[in-house]
Amino acid sequence: MSIDIDTARRVAHLARIAVKEQDLPALAAELSGMLAFMEQLNEVDVDGIEPMTSVTPMRLKRRADVVTDGGMPDKVLSNAPDAREGFFAVPKVME
Amino acid sequence: MTALNELTIAEARDALRRGETTALALTEACLAAIEGAGALNAFVHHTPEIAREQAKAADARLARGEAPAMCGIPLGIKDLFCTRGVPSQAASTILRGFRPEYESAVTSQLFEAGAVMLGKLNMDEFAMGSSNETSCYGNAVNPWKIDDRKLTPGGSSGGSAAAVAADLCLAATGTDTGGSIRQPAAFTGIVGLKPTYGRVSRWGIVAFASSLDQAGPMTKTVRDAAIMLGAMAGPDARDSTCADLPVPDFEAALTGDIRGRKIGIPREYRMEGMPAGIEALWHRGAEMLRDAGAEIVDISLPHTKYALPAYYVVAPAEASSNLARYDGVRYGYRARLAQGDGITEMYEKTRAEGFGKEVQRRVMVGTYVLSAGFYDAYYNRARKVRALIRRDFEQAFAAGIDAILTPATPSAAFGLGEMAAADPVAMYLNDVFTVTVNLAGLPGIAVPAGLDARGLPLGLQLIGRPWEEGELLNHAHVLERAAGFVSKPAKWW
Repeated sequence: MSIDIDTARRVAHLARIAVKEQDLPALAAELSGMLAFMEQLNEVDVDGIEPMTSVTPMRLKRRADVVTDGGMPDKVLSNAPDAREGFFAVPKVME
Repeated sequence: MTALNELTIAEARDALRRGETTALALTEACLAAIEGAGALNAFVHHTPEIAREQAKAADARLARGEAPAMCGIPLGIKDLFCTRGVPSQAASTILRGFRPEYESAVTSQLFEAGAVMLGKLNMDEFAMGSSNETSCYGNAVNPWKIDDRKLTPGGSSGGSAAAVAADLCLAATGTDTGGSIRQPAAFTGIVGLKPTYGRVSRWGIVAFASSLDQAGPMTKTVRDAAIMLGAMAGPDARDSTCADLPVPDFEAALTGDIRGRKIGIPREYRMEGMPAGIEALWHRGAEMLRDAGAEIVDISLPHTKYALPAYYVVAPAEASSNLARYDGVRYGYRARLAQGDGITEMYEKTRAEGFGKEVQRRVMVGTYVLSAGFYDAYYNRARKVRALIRRDFEQAFAAGIDAILTPATPSAAFGLGEMAAADPVAMYLNDVFTVTVNLAGLPGIAVPAGLDARGLPLGLQLIGRPWEEGELLNHAHVLERAAGFVSKPAKWW
Protein backbone atom coordinates (compact mmCIF):
# COMPACT_ATOMS: atom_id res chain seq x y z
CA MET A 1 0.00 0.00 0.00
CA SER A 2 1.54 3.27 -1.01
CA ILE A 3 0.43 6.56 0.47
CA ASP A 4 -0.47 9.41 -1.86
CA ILE A 5 -0.30 13.10 -1.07
CA ASP A 6 -3.98 13.37 -0.16
CA THR A 7 -3.67 10.49 2.30
CA ALA A 8 -0.55 12.07 3.81
CA ARG A 9 -2.44 15.35 4.24
CA ARG A 10 -5.35 13.52 5.89
CA VAL A 11 -3.09 11.54 8.25
CA ALA A 12 -1.22 14.70 9.27
CA HIS A 13 -4.53 16.37 10.06
CA LEU A 14 -5.79 13.35 12.02
CA ALA A 15 -2.55 13.44 14.01
CA ARG A 16 -2.98 17.22 14.48
CA ILE A 17 0.45 17.98 13.09
CA ALA A 18 0.74 20.91 10.68
CA VAL A 19 2.64 19.86 7.54
CA LYS A 20 3.41 22.41 4.84
CA GLU A 21 1.94 21.63 1.43
CA GLN A 22 5.44 21.47 -0.13
CA ASP A 23 6.53 18.87 2.49
CA LEU A 24 3.68 16.46 1.76
CA PRO A 25 5.34 14.55 -1.12
CA ALA A 26 8.38 13.71 1.01
CA LEU A 27 6.14 12.70 3.92
CA ALA A 28 4.04 10.49 1.65
CA ALA A 29 7.22 8.77 0.39
CA GLU A 30 8.52 8.20 3.92
CA LEU A 31 5.25 6.79 5.19
CA SER A 32 5.04 4.55 2.12
CA GLY A 33 8.53 3.25 2.85
CA MET A 34 7.57 2.35 6.42
CA LEU A 35 4.36 0.69 5.31
CA ALA A 36 6.23 -1.32 2.68
CA PHE A 37 8.40 -2.63 5.52
CA MET A 38 5.28 -3.64 7.46
CA GLU A 39 3.84 -5.45 4.45
CA GLN A 40 6.11 -8.39 5.34
CA LEU A 41 3.53 -9.23 7.97
CA ASN A 42 1.23 -10.39 5.18
CA GLU A 43 3.51 -13.42 4.70
CA VAL A 44 2.54 -14.77 8.12
CA ASP A 45 -0.32 -17.23 8.49
CA VAL A 46 -2.35 -15.77 11.34
CA ASP A 47 -5.47 -17.89 10.87
CA GLY A 48 -7.05 -18.72 14.19
CA ILE A 49 -4.57 -16.60 16.17
CA GLU A 50 -6.03 -14.22 18.72
CA PRO A 51 -4.46 -10.76 18.74
CA MET A 52 -2.25 -10.30 21.79
CA THR A 53 -3.94 -7.93 24.22
CA SER A 54 -2.11 -8.58 27.47
CA VAL A 55 1.66 -8.83 27.67
CA THR A 56 1.70 -11.08 30.69
CA PRO A 57 -1.26 -13.30 31.45
CA MET A 58 -2.74 -11.29 34.26
CA ARG A 59 -6.10 -9.98 35.28
CA LEU A 60 -6.09 -6.24 35.52
CA LYS A 61 -6.27 -4.98 39.06
CA ARG A 62 -9.45 -3.51 40.40
CA ARG A 63 -10.00 -0.92 43.04
CA ALA A 64 -12.97 0.74 44.64
CA ASP A 65 -14.54 3.40 42.42
CA VAL A 66 -13.74 6.30 44.69
CA VAL A 67 -11.76 9.51 44.44
CA THR A 68 -8.22 8.82 45.61
CA ASP A 69 -6.53 12.05 44.70
CA GLY A 70 -7.27 15.68 43.93
CA GLY A 71 -7.90 19.02 45.58
CA MET A 72 -4.76 20.57 44.15
CA PRO A 73 -5.78 22.85 41.26
CA ASP A 74 -2.66 24.98 41.65
CA LYS A 75 -0.40 21.98 41.09
CA VAL A 76 -2.49 20.77 38.19
CA LEU A 77 -2.25 24.16 36.50
CA SER A 78 1.35 24.93 37.45
CA ASN A 79 2.79 23.77 34.11
CA ALA A 80 0.09 25.16 31.84
CA PRO A 81 1.27 27.51 29.06
CA ASP A 82 -1.80 29.64 29.80
CA ALA A 83 -3.95 29.31 32.93
CA ARG A 84 -6.38 31.86 34.26
CA GLU A 85 -8.65 31.93 37.29
CA GLY A 86 -8.23 28.24 37.99
CA PHE A 87 -8.74 27.09 34.39
CA PHE A 88 -6.64 26.06 31.41
CA ALA A 89 -7.01 28.80 28.80
CA VAL A 90 -7.24 28.01 25.07
CA PRO A 91 -8.12 29.97 21.93
CA LYS A 92 -11.76 30.14 21.06
CA VAL A 93 -13.28 26.76 20.21
CA MET A 94 -16.60 27.90 18.67
CA GLU A 95 -17.12 30.50 15.99
CA MET B 1 43.67 3.32 43.52
CA THR B 2 40.25 3.48 41.92
CA ALA B 3 38.74 6.96 41.90
CA LEU B 4 35.43 7.16 43.75
CA ASN B 5 33.37 7.81 40.61
CA GLU B 6 34.88 4.68 39.03
CA LEU B 7 33.53 2.37 41.74
CA THR B 8 30.77 -0.13 41.11
CA ILE B 9 27.62 0.01 43.23
CA ALA B 10 28.73 -3.08 45.15
CA GLU B 11 32.19 -1.64 45.86
CA ALA B 12 30.76 1.70 46.93
CA ARG B 13 28.13 0.05 49.14
CA ASP B 14 30.76 -2.00 50.91
CA ALA B 15 33.12 0.97 51.30
CA LEU B 16 30.28 3.11 52.68
CA ARG B 17 29.28 0.46 55.18
CA ARG B 18 32.86 0.08 56.30
CA GLY B 19 33.08 3.85 56.73
CA GLU B 20 35.94 4.12 54.22
CA THR B 21 34.19 6.81 52.24
CA THR B 22 31.06 8.92 52.41
CA ALA B 23 28.10 9.43 50.13
CA LEU B 24 29.08 13.08 49.91
CA ALA B 25 32.60 12.20 48.76
CA LEU B 26 31.21 9.81 46.13
CA THR B 27 28.79 12.48 44.99
CA GLU B 28 31.46 15.18 44.76
CA ALA B 29 33.68 12.86 42.70
CA CYS B 30 30.82 12.25 40.26
CA LEU B 31 29.88 15.94 40.10
CA ALA B 32 33.49 16.79 39.25
CA ALA B 33 33.57 14.08 36.57
CA ILE B 34 30.33 15.44 35.09
CA GLU B 35 31.75 18.97 35.16
CA GLY B 36 34.66 17.80 33.02
CA ALA B 37 32.57 15.78 30.57
CA GLY B 38 30.56 18.42 28.77
CA ALA B 39 31.82 17.04 25.45
CA LEU B 40 29.81 13.85 26.00
CA ASN B 41 26.55 15.82 26.42
CA ALA B 42 25.30 13.02 28.66
CA PHE B 43 23.89 15.09 31.54
CA VAL B 44 21.41 17.66 30.24
CA HIS B 45 19.98 18.94 33.53
CA HIS B 46 22.33 19.15 36.49
CA THR B 47 21.01 18.84 40.03
CA PRO B 48 24.07 19.23 42.29
CA GLU B 49 22.09 20.83 45.13
CA ILE B 50 19.65 17.93 45.27
CA ALA B 51 22.57 15.48 45.02
CA ARG B 52 24.46 17.04 47.95
CA GLU B 53 21.34 17.16 50.09
CA GLN B 54 20.50 13.52 49.36
CA ALA B 55 24.13 12.52 49.97
CA LYS B 56 24.14 14.17 53.40
CA ALA B 57 20.89 12.42 54.29
CA ALA B 58 22.39 9.13 53.09
CA ASP B 59 25.48 9.65 55.23
CA ALA B 60 23.28 10.25 58.28
CA ARG B 61 21.40 7.05 57.53
CA LEU B 62 24.64 5.11 57.04
CA ALA B 63 25.88 6.44 60.37
CA ARG B 64 22.74 5.05 62.00
CA GLY B 65 23.58 1.67 60.46
CA GLU B 66 20.23 1.23 58.74
CA ALA B 67 21.19 1.82 55.15
CA PRO B 68 19.85 -0.29 52.26
CA ALA B 69 22.21 -1.28 49.43
CA MET B 70 21.51 1.75 47.23
CA CYS B 71 22.00 4.23 50.09
CA GLY B 72 24.44 6.95 49.09
CA ILE B 73 24.91 5.66 45.52
CA PRO B 74 25.08 8.54 42.97
CA LEU B 75 22.95 7.88 39.90
CA GLY B 76 22.03 9.53 36.63
CA ILE B 77 18.33 9.56 35.76
CA LYS B 78 17.08 9.31 32.20
CA ASP B 79 15.11 12.40 31.18
CA LEU B 80 12.05 10.17 30.58
CA PHE B 81 11.48 9.82 34.34
CA CYS B 82 9.38 12.53 35.97
CA THR B 83 11.29 14.03 38.86
CA ARG B 84 9.57 16.50 41.13
CA GLY B 85 10.53 20.12 40.49
CA VAL B 86 13.28 19.10 38.06
CA PRO B 87 12.96 19.46 34.27
CA SER B 88 11.62 16.20 32.80
CA GLN B 89 11.37 16.68 29.08
CA ALA B 90 11.79 13.29 27.40
CA ALA B 91 14.37 15.19 25.31
CA SER B 92 11.52 16.94 23.49
CA THR B 93 10.86 20.60 22.78
CA ILE B 94 7.19 19.95 23.44
CA LEU B 95 7.94 19.44 27.14
CA ARG B 96 10.24 22.45 27.42
CA GLY B 97 9.88 24.00 30.85
CA PHE B 98 7.89 21.08 32.28
CA ARG B 99 8.65 20.53 35.94
CA PRO B 100 6.51 17.71 37.32
CA GLU B 101 4.67 18.15 40.59
CA TYR B 102 5.21 14.47 41.30
CA GLU B 103 7.96 11.86 41.41
CA SER B 104 7.99 8.70 39.26
CA ALA B 105 7.56 5.37 41.06
CA VAL B 106 11.10 4.27 40.11
CA THR B 107 12.85 7.43 41.29
CA SER B 108 10.69 7.50 44.46
CA GLN B 109 11.77 3.97 45.30
CA LEU B 110 15.42 4.70 44.52
CA PHE B 111 15.34 7.84 46.68
CA GLU B 112 13.62 5.98 49.51
CA ALA B 113 16.47 3.49 49.30
CA GLY B 114 18.86 6.42 49.75
CA ALA B 115 20.13 6.83 46.18
CA VAL B 116 21.46 10.20 45.04
CA MET B 117 20.35 11.95 41.82
CA LEU B 118 23.16 13.78 40.02
CA GLY B 119 20.97 15.03 37.17
CA LYS B 120 18.94 14.10 34.13
CA LEU B 121 20.38 12.22 31.20
CA ASN B 122 20.19 12.73 27.45
CA MET B 123 18.13 10.36 25.30
CA ASP B 124 16.33 10.15 21.99
CA GLU B 125 13.17 12.26 21.88
CA PHE B 126 10.37 10.30 23.59
CA ALA B 127 12.76 7.30 23.49
CA MET B 128 12.27 7.05 19.72
CA GLY B 129 15.66 6.39 18.21
CA SER B 130 18.68 4.12 18.30
CA SER B 131 21.50 6.68 18.22
CA ASN B 132 20.52 9.53 20.57
CA GLU B 133 20.39 11.79 17.50
CA THR B 134 16.71 12.75 17.82
CA SER B 135 17.22 14.58 21.13
CA CYS B 136 16.26 18.25 21.50
CA TYR B 137 19.48 18.61 23.53
CA GLY B 138 21.71 17.50 20.66
CA ASN B 139 23.62 14.23 20.37
CA ALA B 140 25.03 12.38 23.35
CA VAL B 141 28.52 11.12 22.49
CA ASN B 142 30.03 7.69 23.13
CA PRO B 143 33.14 7.86 25.35
CA TRP B 144 34.61 5.12 23.15
CA LYS B 145 36.58 6.48 20.21
CA ILE B 146 38.89 4.86 17.64
CA ASP B 147 39.60 7.73 15.23
CA ASP B 148 38.53 11.34 14.68
CA ARG B 149 34.87 10.45 14.46
CA LYS B 150 32.46 10.92 17.31
CA LEU B 151 30.48 7.72 17.80
CA THR B 152 26.92 7.24 18.90
CA PRO B 153 26.38 5.80 22.38
CA GLY B 154 23.26 4.14 20.95
CA GLY B 155 19.73 4.94 21.91
CA SER B 156 17.36 5.70 23.21
CA SER B 157 19.13 5.60 26.61
CA GLY B 158 22.30 7.06 25.05
CA GLY B 159 23.02 9.58 27.80
CA SER B 160 22.64 6.87 30.46
CA ALA B 161 25.06 4.57 28.62
CA ALA B 162 27.64 7.30 27.99
CA ALA B 163 27.47 8.49 31.60
CA VAL B 164 27.99 5.03 33.09
CA ALA B 165 30.74 4.06 30.62
CA ALA B 166 32.60 7.33 31.30
CA ASP B 167 32.27 6.92 35.10
CA LEU B 168 30.21 10.10 35.51
CA CYS B 169 27.92 8.18 37.83
CA LEU B 170 27.94 4.72 39.41
CA ALA B 171 24.85 3.63 37.47
CA ALA B 172 21.86 5.07 35.65
CA THR B 173 18.22 4.38 34.99
CA GLY B 174 17.16 3.48 31.47
CA THR B 175 13.98 2.49 29.71
CA ASP B 176 13.59 -0.10 26.99
CA THR B 177 10.73 -0.25 24.47
CA GLY B 178 12.53 -2.05 21.63
CA GLY B 179 16.13 -2.27 22.84
CA SER B 180 16.74 1.16 24.34
CA ILE B 181 18.61 -0.18 27.38
CA ARG B 182 20.40 -3.13 25.79
CA GLN B 183 21.62 -1.59 22.51
CA PRO B 184 23.29 1.46 24.15
CA ALA B 185 24.73 -0.79 26.88
CA ALA B 186 26.31 -2.95 24.16
CA PHE B 187 27.64 0.12 22.29
CA THR B 188 29.39 1.44 25.40
CA GLY B 189 30.64 -1.74 27.07
CA ILE B 190 28.30 -1.73 30.07
CA VAL B 191 25.51 -3.94 31.43
CA GLY B 192 21.87 -3.14 30.63
CA LEU B 193 18.88 -5.08 31.94
CA LYS B 194 15.32 -4.91 30.66
CA PRO B 195 13.17 -6.65 33.27
CA THR B 196 10.03 -8.69 32.60
CA TYR B 197 7.14 -6.47 31.54
CA GLY B 198 5.36 -5.58 34.77
CA ARG B 199 8.33 -6.04 37.10
CA VAL B 200 8.92 -2.29 37.42
CA SER B 201 6.20 0.33 37.70
CA ARG B 202 5.79 2.59 34.69
CA TRP B 203 4.03 5.25 36.79
CA GLY B 204 5.61 8.64 36.22
CA ILE B 205 7.65 7.54 33.21
CA VAL B 206 6.74 9.48 30.07
CA ALA B 207 4.88 6.87 28.01
CA PHE B 208 6.03 5.83 24.54
CA ALA B 209 4.40 2.43 23.85
CA SER B 210 2.70 1.26 27.02
CA SER B 211 2.60 -2.47 26.24
CA LEU B 212 6.35 -2.50 25.53
CA ASP B 213 7.91 0.12 27.84
CA GLN B 214 9.87 -1.15 30.82
CA ALA B 215 12.46 0.59 32.99
CA GLY B 216 15.67 -1.07 34.10
CA PRO B 217 19.18 -0.52 35.43
CA MET B 218 22.26 0.39 33.37
CA THR B 219 25.35 -0.50 35.35
CA LYS B 220 29.05 -1.37 35.26
CA THR B 221 28.54 -4.97 36.35
CA VAL B 222 25.89 -7.68 36.47
CA ARG B 223 26.00 -7.63 40.27
CA ASP B 224 25.17 -3.92 40.20
CA ALA B 225 22.22 -4.60 37.89
CA ALA B 226 20.94 -7.14 40.42
CA ILE B 227 21.31 -4.69 43.31
CA MET B 228 19.72 -1.78 41.48
CA LEU B 229 16.83 -3.81 40.04
CA GLY B 230 15.96 -4.82 43.59
CA ALA B 231 15.43 -1.16 44.46
CA MET B 232 13.51 -0.31 41.26
CA ALA B 233 11.11 -3.27 41.16
CA GLY B 234 7.93 -4.04 43.03
CA PRO B 235 4.15 -3.77 42.97
CA ASP B 236 2.52 -0.40 42.41
CA ALA B 237 -1.22 0.13 42.40
CA ARG B 238 -0.79 3.19 40.17
CA ASP B 239 0.37 1.04 37.22
CA SER B 240 -2.32 -1.52 36.48
CA THR B 241 0.14 -3.74 34.58
CA CYS B 242 2.69 -3.77 37.40
CA ALA B 243 2.71 -7.27 38.84
CA ASP B 244 1.79 -8.05 42.43
CA LEU B 245 4.84 -10.22 42.91
CA PRO B 246 7.35 -10.09 45.71
CA VAL B 247 10.81 -8.84 44.77
CA PRO B 248 13.36 -11.59 45.33
CA ASP B 249 16.94 -10.93 46.40
CA PHE B 250 18.42 -10.78 42.91
CA GLU B 251 21.98 -10.47 44.17
CA ALA B 252 21.61 -13.70 46.15
CA ALA B 253 20.78 -15.45 42.85
CA LEU B 254 24.33 -14.82 41.60
CA THR B 255 25.70 -18.19 42.62
CA GLY B 256 27.89 -18.58 39.54
CA ASP B 257 26.55 -22.10 39.15
CA ILE B 258 24.75 -22.82 35.87
CA ARG B 259 25.66 -26.49 35.61
CA GLY B 260 22.99 -28.46 33.77
CA ARG B 261 21.18 -25.37 32.52
CA LYS B 262 20.09 -25.39 28.90
CA ILE B 263 21.07 -22.42 26.76
CA GLY B 264 19.22 -21.98 23.49
CA ILE B 265 20.98 -20.63 20.40
CA PRO B 266 18.24 -19.43 18.03
CA ARG B 267 19.23 -20.10 14.44
CA GLU B 268 17.06 -17.25 13.12
CA TYR B 269 19.37 -14.72 14.80
CA ARG B 270 22.17 -15.61 12.38
CA MET B 271 21.63 -12.67 10.07
CA GLU B 272 22.92 -12.32 6.57
CA GLY B 273 25.69 -9.75 6.43
CA MET B 274 26.36 -9.93 10.18
CA PRO B 275 29.95 -8.81 10.89
CA ALA B 276 32.28 -11.77 11.41
CA GLY B 277 33.39 -10.33 14.77
CA ILE B 278 29.86 -10.56 16.14
CA GLU B 279 29.32 -14.07 14.85
CA ALA B 280 32.65 -15.14 16.44
CA LEU B 281 31.79 -13.46 19.74
CA TRP B 282 28.42 -15.19 19.85
CA HIS B 283 30.15 -18.51 19.29
CA ARG B 284 32.70 -17.78 22.03
CA GLY B 285 29.90 -16.77 24.40
CA ALA B 286 28.22 -20.13 23.88
CA GLU B 287 31.53 -21.88 24.56
CA MET B 288 32.00 -19.95 27.79
CA LEU B 289 28.58 -21.05 29.02
CA ARG B 290 29.32 -24.62 27.97
CA ASP B 291 32.63 -24.51 29.84
CA ALA B 292 30.66 -23.42 32.90
CA GLY B 293 28.63 -26.61 32.68
CA ALA B 294 25.61 -25.49 30.66
CA GLU B 295 24.25 -27.46 27.75
CA ILE B 296 24.11 -25.58 24.44
CA VAL B 297 21.02 -26.36 22.36
CA ASP B 298 20.16 -25.15 18.86
CA ILE B 299 16.62 -23.81 18.87
CA SER B 300 14.24 -22.21 16.42
CA LEU B 301 12.20 -19.05 16.97
CA PRO B 302 10.52 -19.11 13.57
CA HIS B 303 8.74 -15.74 13.67
CA THR B 304 11.84 -13.72 14.54
CA LYS B 305 11.96 -12.13 11.10
CA TYR B 306 8.56 -10.54 11.64
CA ALA B 307 9.37 -8.95 14.98
CA LEU B 308 10.64 -5.65 13.60
CA PRO B 309 7.74 -5.03 11.23
CA ALA B 310 5.26 -6.01 13.98
CA TYR B 311 7.03 -3.68 16.38
CA TYR B 312 6.89 -0.80 13.90
CA VAL B 313 3.12 -1.18 13.75
CA VAL B 314 2.42 -1.71 17.46
CA ALA B 315 4.86 0.86 18.89
CA PRO B 316 3.83 3.80 16.65
CA ALA B 317 0.14 2.92 17.16
CA GLU B 318 0.53 3.11 20.92
CA ALA B 319 2.73 6.20 20.61
CA SER B 320 0.17 8.05 18.51
CA SER B 321 -2.35 7.48 21.26
CA ASN B 322 0.01 8.25 24.16
CA LEU B 323 1.40 11.40 22.54
CA ALA B 324 -2.07 12.81 21.85
CA ARG B 325 -1.80 14.42 25.29
CA TYR B 326 0.79 16.93 24.03
CA ASP B 327 -1.65 19.54 22.85
CA GLY B 328 -0.23 22.79 24.18
CA VAL B 329 -2.91 23.05 26.86
CA ARG B 330 -1.83 21.40 30.09
CA TYR B 331 1.95 21.47 30.11
CA GLY B 332 5.00 22.22 28.04
CA TYR B 333 5.23 24.12 24.80
CA ARG B 334 2.51 26.05 23.00
CA ALA B 335 3.15 27.56 19.56
CA ARG B 336 2.74 31.28 19.00
CA LEU B 337 -0.57 31.70 17.23
CA ALA B 338 -1.56 33.99 14.37
CA GLN B 339 -4.52 36.34 14.39
CA GLY B 340 -7.71 34.33 14.06
CA ASP B 341 -6.14 30.93 14.85
CA GLY B 342 -8.53 28.62 16.65
CA ILE B 343 -7.92 25.57 18.79
CA THR B 344 -7.18 23.22 15.86
CA GLU B 345 -4.43 25.54 14.59
CA MET B 346 -3.07 25.65 18.13
CA TYR B 347 -2.85 21.86 18.26
CA GLU B 348 -1.38 21.52 14.80
CA LYS B 349 1.23 24.26 15.13
CA THR B 350 2.20 23.25 18.67
CA ARG B 351 2.76 19.64 17.64
CA ALA B 352 4.55 20.57 14.40
CA GLU B 353 6.97 22.84 16.27
CA GLY B 354 7.21 20.77 19.46
CA PHE B 355 7.81 17.29 18.03
CA GLY B 356 10.96 16.41 16.11
CA LYS B 357 10.93 14.69 12.72
CA GLU B 358 11.19 11.08 13.91
CA VAL B 359 8.47 11.53 16.52
CA GLN B 360 6.18 13.15 13.95
CA ARG B 361 6.84 10.31 11.54
CA ARG B 362 5.94 7.65 14.12
CA VAL B 363 2.85 9.48 15.38
CA MET B 364 1.60 9.73 11.81
CA VAL B 365 2.33 6.10 10.97
CA GLY B 366 0.56 5.12 14.18
CA THR B 367 -2.39 7.31 13.29
CA TYR B 368 -2.56 5.67 9.88
CA VAL B 369 -2.44 2.05 11.08
CA LEU B 370 -5.17 2.78 13.63
CA SER B 371 -7.39 4.65 11.17
CA ALA B 372 -10.67 3.24 9.92
CA GLY B 373 -10.16 0.68 7.19
CA PHE B 374 -6.55 -0.12 8.10
CA TYR B 375 -6.92 -1.20 11.72
CA ASP B 376 -7.41 -4.86 10.83
CA ALA B 377 -4.89 -4.96 8.00
CA TYR B 378 -2.05 -3.49 10.06
CA TYR B 379 -2.71 -3.16 13.78
CA ASN B 380 -4.67 -6.34 14.41
CA ARG B 381 -2.42 -8.36 12.13
CA ALA B 382 0.64 -7.07 13.99
CA ARG B 383 -0.91 -8.05 17.31
CA LYS B 384 -1.53 -11.57 15.99
CA VAL B 385 2.08 -11.82 14.81
CA ARG B 386 3.10 -10.58 18.23
CA ALA B 387 1.17 -13.48 19.79
CA LEU B 388 3.10 -15.87 17.54
CA ILE B 389 6.43 -14.33 18.52
CA ARG B 390 5.58 -14.81 22.18
CA ARG B 391 4.50 -18.39 21.44
CA ASP B 392 7.90 -19.12 19.86
CA PHE B 393 9.55 -18.25 23.17
CA GLU B 394 6.96 -20.11 25.25
CA GLN B 395 7.60 -23.25 23.23
CA ALA B 396 11.36 -22.94 23.67
CA PHE B 397 11.00 -22.52 27.43
CA ALA B 398 8.45 -25.35 27.61
CA ALA B 399 11.04 -27.57 25.91
CA GLY B 400 13.36 -26.96 28.85
CA ILE B 401 15.43 -24.01 27.67
CA ASP B 402 16.55 -21.88 30.63
CA ALA B 403 18.04 -18.92 28.78
CA ILE B 404 18.66 -17.84 25.20
CA LEU B 405 21.95 -16.40 23.99
CA THR B 406 22.06 -13.95 21.06
CA PRO B 407 24.18 -11.03 19.90
CA ALA B 408 22.96 -7.75 21.44
CA THR B 409 23.34 -5.65 18.30
CA PRO B 410 24.06 -6.26 14.60
CA SER B 411 27.11 -3.93 14.70
CA ALA B 412 29.38 -2.00 17.03
CA ALA B 413 28.78 1.72 17.63
CA PHE B 414 28.66 3.75 14.42
CA GLY B 415 29.58 7.36 13.76
CA LEU B 416 27.16 10.15 14.69
CA GLY B 417 25.58 11.47 11.49
CA GLU B 418 26.50 8.40 9.45
CA MET B 419 22.89 7.24 9.23
CA ALA B 420 21.47 10.69 8.48
CA ALA B 421 20.95 10.00 4.78
CA ALA B 422 19.71 6.44 5.28
CA ASP B 423 16.03 5.61 5.20
CA PRO B 424 14.39 5.39 8.65
CA VAL B 425 13.99 1.62 8.34
CA ALA B 426 17.81 1.21 8.17
CA MET B 427 18.07 2.75 11.64
CA TYR B 428 15.31 0.46 12.92
CA LEU B 429 17.48 -2.59 12.09
CA ASN B 430 19.60 -1.75 15.14
CA ASP B 431 16.87 -3.31 17.26
CA VAL B 432 16.64 -6.54 15.31
CA PHE B 433 17.97 -8.73 18.16
CA THR B 434 16.35 -6.88 21.05
CA VAL B 435 12.82 -6.08 19.90
CA THR B 436 11.51 -9.66 20.14
CA VAL B 437 12.04 -9.53 23.90
CA ASN B 438 9.80 -6.46 24.30
CA LEU B 439 7.09 -7.96 22.12
CA ALA B 440 7.10 -11.12 24.26
CA GLY B 441 7.40 -9.19 27.56
CA LEU B 442 10.50 -11.15 28.61
CA PRO B 443 13.55 -10.10 30.61
CA GLY B 444 16.73 -9.51 28.58
CA ILE B 445 20.22 -8.38 29.49
CA ALA B 446 23.16 -7.08 27.47
CA VAL B 447 26.56 -8.09 28.82
CA PRO B 448 29.84 -6.65 27.49
CA ALA B 449 31.73 -9.60 26.05
CA GLY B 450 34.63 -8.31 24.00
CA LEU B 451 36.07 -5.76 21.59
CA ASP B 452 35.79 -5.85 17.82
CA ALA B 453 38.87 -5.74 15.57
CA ARG B 454 38.88 -1.93 15.75
CA GLY B 455 38.68 -1.86 19.53
CA LEU B 456 34.99 -1.08 20.06
CA PRO B 457 32.92 -2.94 22.65
CA LEU B 458 30.46 -5.63 21.63
CA GLY B 459 27.74 -7.14 23.77
CA LEU B 460 25.89 -10.41 24.00
CA GLN B 461 22.27 -10.68 25.02
CA LEU B 462 20.75 -13.27 27.30
CA ILE B 463 16.97 -13.71 27.33
CA GLY B 464 15.28 -15.30 30.32
CA ARG B 465 11.98 -16.78 31.38
CA PRO B 466 9.33 -14.33 32.58
CA TRP B 467 9.81 -13.23 36.22
CA GLU B 468 13.10 -15.10 36.49
CA GLU B 469 15.47 -12.15 36.41
CA GLY B 470 17.48 -13.79 39.19
CA GLU B 471 18.24 -16.84 37.02
CA LEU B 472 18.91 -14.57 34.04
CA LEU B 473 21.31 -12.43 36.06
CA ASN B 474 23.10 -15.55 37.25
CA HIS B 475 23.68 -16.66 33.66
CA ALA B 476 24.84 -13.14 32.80
CA HIS B 477 27.16 -13.17 35.81
CA VAL B 478 28.80 -16.38 34.56
CA LEU B 479 29.15 -14.94 31.06
CA GLU B 480 30.59 -11.68 32.43
CA ARG B 481 33.15 -13.54 34.53
CA ALA B 482 34.21 -15.79 31.67
CA ALA B 483 34.42 -12.94 29.15
CA GLY B 484 36.48 -10.91 31.61
CA PHE B 485 35.67 -7.63 29.88
CA VAL B 486 37.63 -4.95 31.73
CA SER B 487 38.35 -2.43 28.95
CA LYS B 488 37.51 1.19 29.57
CA PRO B 489 37.38 4.02 27.05
CA ALA B 490 40.53 6.16 27.07
CA LYS B 491 39.63 9.61 28.33
CA TRP B 492 39.59 12.19 25.51
CA TRP B 493 36.76 14.42 26.68
